[in-house]
Parts: sequence; structure tokens; C-alpha cells
Amino acid sequence: MIEATGLRKQYGDFTAVDGIDFAIEPGEAFGFLGPNGAGKSTTMRMIAATSTRSAGDLRVLGFDPETHGPEVRAQLGIVPQADQLDEELRVVDNLIVYGRYFGLPLDYVKRRSEELLEFAQLTEKRTARVDGLSGGMKRRLTIARGLINAPKAMLLDEPTTGLDPQARHVLWDRLFRLKEEGTTLVLTTHYMDEAEQLCDRLVVIDKGTIVAEGSPAALIREYSTREVLEVRFGSARNGQAAEAMAGIGQRIEVLPDRVLVYDHDGEAAMSAVHERGLSPITSLVRRSSLEDVFLRLTGRSLIE
Amino acid sequence: MSELLLEAPAPAVRGPLRGIYAGNTRSVVARGLRVIARNNWLIVVTGFFEPVFYLLSMGIGLGALIGGVEFYGTEVPYAAYIAPALMAVSAMNGAVYDSTMNVFFKMNYAKLYQQMLSTSLGPLDVALGEILLALFRGLLYASGFMLVTTLMGLNLAWTAVLAIPAALVIAFAFASFGMAITSYMKTFQHLDYVWVVMMPMFLLSATFFPIEVYPQGVQWVIQALPLWHGVDMIRQLTTGLVQPSILLHLTYFAVMILVGLVFTTARLRALFLR
Repeated sequence: MIEATGLRKQYGDFTAVDGIDFAIEPGEAFGFLGPNGAGKSTTMRMIAATSTRSAGDLRVLGFDPETHGPEVRAQLGIVPQADQLDEELRVVDNLIVYGRYFGLPLDYVKRRSEELLEFAQLTEKRTARVDGLSGGMKRRLTIARGLINAPKAMLLDEPTTGLDPQARHVLWDRLFRLKEEGTTLVLTTHYMDEAEQLCDRLVVIDKGTIVAEGSPAALIREYSTREVLEVRFGSARNGQAAEAMAGIGQRIEVLPDRVLVYDHDGEAAMSAVHERGLSPITSLVRRSSLEDVFLRLTGRSLIE
Repeated sequence: MSELLLEAPAPAVRGPLRGIYAGNTRSVVARGLRVIARNNWLIVVTGFFEPVFYLLSMGIGLGALIGGVEFYGTEVPYAAYIAPALMAVSAMNGAVYDSTMNVFFKMNYAKLYQQMLSTSLGPLDVALGEILLALFRGLLYASGFMLVTTLMGLNLAWTAVLAIPAALVIAFAFASFGMAITSYMKTFQHLDYVWVVMMPMFLLSATFFPIEVYPQGVQWVIQALPLWHGVDMIRQLTTGLVQPSILLHLTYFAVMILVGLVFTTARLRALFLR
């Protein structure tokens, strides 16, 4: 459905995307996971035919977005990072006018807009001004707007960044429904929990290159252990304590605020730490997440 | 969720315009009209009064002292001499206001063109649509002004009805050029440069007195500027003293429209589809 080989994007001397390959299948929820500035948004814009590539090959729904921009965009739903709603129009008019940009008939667009308002749980806001909506409502309206042309694929750039936890869950629920209905989702995120919740498959992207690819579970299996022990000794003593813990678990990672011990059995690792006479201020055993995968692959945290 | 879902039709444009034009300019115009209908109709009205006040003060007041001015060999009352010039100016102002201030806001703050260009619209649809909206404002100003001058008896020949389409041509040319220039502006201060050019052009383009008062060299400069062509064209129509040179004026504007459109489309592409 979407296929890239050796995709590159250069802005002057700066290489935003440095030769990446990926293939997204119909009906799949595909994620680009990486920190800010990794090249995720640039990649999305190239797929969405709103940015041209510097090198490599890209096919979106059978078209080259470079030469067939309008054709490609006609079949995509775009949810940009900043909502970019039309603040001079009311909520329902945002949907109607946007549908007309696609050349859809007015009476169809009007009917469809009401259904989408319902889907986005915004029916009682239909004639409200856009600038009065909460962040979560704006994002849901943007998603509803992106669905007006019955897109073959939805592109969501950081769909829940900046939303409070409750609004995120409402949004995830809506995205799940889309996924169940068979809509192809392509999303970028720097939240590992979001990637784990929503993505069937993802690529980890860092500094413009893909460093790993697979399903969330497979990536965790491959690059991390089942459990992680997090211990804190205070920022001044973490390094020293980590040296004293050498040999416990399979791998030890020292972060500025905590030490991570990777092991299949976190509780056993914890006892081992105590046996060595170390007493951390706090300790916690948790399951491995994509955050750990990212740390393993790049040596850095996702959110810094 | 719906019994029947329509997919967006694939844009049917082929040939050299493929990729930049989807043949759906009307949706851009419809959006603008909807916004005007809901919010800004008052702003549209206010722009109409400026030339009317000029006409009343200069035409009636100053006209009483001056009497008549010679235009292509015929003596014309002063108010009837400046009325067509003010009409050209109002068409210009309406178009320039829309294609600079409004376009600047939509481009940099409302991010409207990013929204439009993430649909199947192409940059030429957006450019044409926005220019047509500026034209619509020019049409409103010109028609309102025409009504006033007709009531005041300042239209001396039947050819005056052609002044409205002529005003639209002027508005089209200024709007397509204005939008291209606006695409280079980064701050509100840059917008002031527009008025630095517009003000002297307004005062000096044979608006209030014949161009012959200037030395030959200055005349050439003024004749190179677009407003002079607009003023002379509309004045020929409202006085009925139509000259062959009207074709030259139309050609001037045709070139300006074409260059402006190509320029604006290229800029929108460079800014939002790079």
C-alpha cells in the first residue's frame, strides 16, 4: 500500500531522513517510533505528498506522490501534529468545507459530517466555534475531518501529544474502532505506550535511519528482557551503585536518575541487589516496554 | 459506520497542469464566501466608503474651484474626471487588501493553505480561488461606487457600464500579483512596504490631474505602473471617449494576470509542497 526504498530528505546540509526502507500493508496499524527530530514528521509529509523527497523511491497507493500529489492526497486522511483547523468556521462547517476540497457532493458531505461528528463525540458542539474546543476535542475533530473522504489510509502525526491522559484514552478508543473497521493507520509517536497500544508493527527511527523493525512484542523480546528492575540511589550515587551491582541480571543501564537492571526475573534481581548490601531509595519491578528497546538501540531515552 | 461511503474522486486534470490543479477552485471560493457570510460582511462594506469620501471632498469641493479638465481633447467636469480614477483605485485597494493582509494571515497564522493542500486540491486551485475572492471584493466596491457616481450624474456615456468588468480586470491583476508578493513576507512590518508603493501610485497615476503636467521622463515611469493603465481605461469608458489605447491597457493587465498566477502557484508550491 505504501512502499519506500532508500527514501531520503535533505534540507541544505541537514539530512532529516537518511535512506529508509519500509512497506505498509493494507489494514495494518504501522508506527514510526522515535524521539523528536528523528525524521518521523518529514517521512509522514513525504507519504502525504506535501513534501518532496531528495532521493529514493516512494509509492503511495500505487502512485508516485511527487508527480501525482492530488491523486495521492485524495485517498489519504491527514491528522497533522498541530491541529490546523479552520478557526474562521464553526465545527460542522470545518467538516463540510474540507469535504468539498475533495470535490465530494455537498449533500453527501453534509450527511457524512453528521455521522463523523457522532463518531468524534462532538454532536452537541456542532455549531460551536473551533477556538473554544478543548485540546482533545480539537484532535477528535481533526480526525473526523481526516475521515471525510473515506481515506484508504489515515496518517496521524503524534496523535495524542499534548493531551491529558483521559483525552488520550478517548482518542485511542476512537482509533481502535477505525482499526477494527479495517482502516490502515500510519502513525508517529514518541510515546512507547501509544505505540504498544495501537501498532501492529513499527519501525524505530533515530537520526533519520531505521534502527529496528517488528511488532512491539517481538521488538521487546529481541532487544530487551521480560522484566526490568528500576532502582534509585539518588543522582550522585547511581553510578557507584551500578558498579557494585555488576553481574546482576543480563544487562545494567545507568540513567541520570535511576539504574535499570534487565532480567527475566525482576524480583530475583532485586533480592540480589539487597544481598550485596545495597539499599536503594526506591525500587520497582516492571515489564519491559518499547522505551527499553529504544534505550538499548540508541543509548538514549525517547523523551529527554 | 455509514451504509454508503464515497471516496474522493481522483482529480481529472491531465497535461502540464497535472499535480498543480485539480479543477476544484469553487470549493476554495465557497469557503471564503461562507466565512464572509458568517463573520466579515461588515469589513467588506467599510472599504466602499473611502472612494466615496474622496469623491465628495475632491470632486465636489475642489471641482467647484477647478471647473473642467481636458481629456482626449474634450472638456470634462472635474468630478466626472476623478470619479473613474477613484473607481480604479477602489478596485485596486479591494484586491490588494484581500491578497496581502488577508492572505498573509491565512498563510502564516491560520495555516489555511496547509489545510487546503493536504486535500486533493492543487496550488493553482488555491491561488485561483483566493484571487477570485479578492475579485469578489473588488466587484462589490466597484459596483457600489458605480451606483453612487450614476446617481451623481458623473457617467457621461453608455460605455460606463463596461467600467465594472474593467474594474474586475484591474482587481484580478492586482490580486494575482499581490498574492505572489505576499508569499515572500515574513512579518507584519513587511506588509507596510505594500502601502509605501500603493500610496504614491494612488496620488500620482493621473488620478486627480492629467499626466501631461509631468516632464516626459516622469510620464514614462507612471505609464509603466499598473494603476495608470487602470485609471485611463476606466476614464475612457465612463466619459465615452474610448481610444484605441484601451487595447494596450487590457493587454497590460492580461500579462500582469498571467505572470501573477504563474508566480503565485509556483510560490505556493515552494512554500507548502516542498
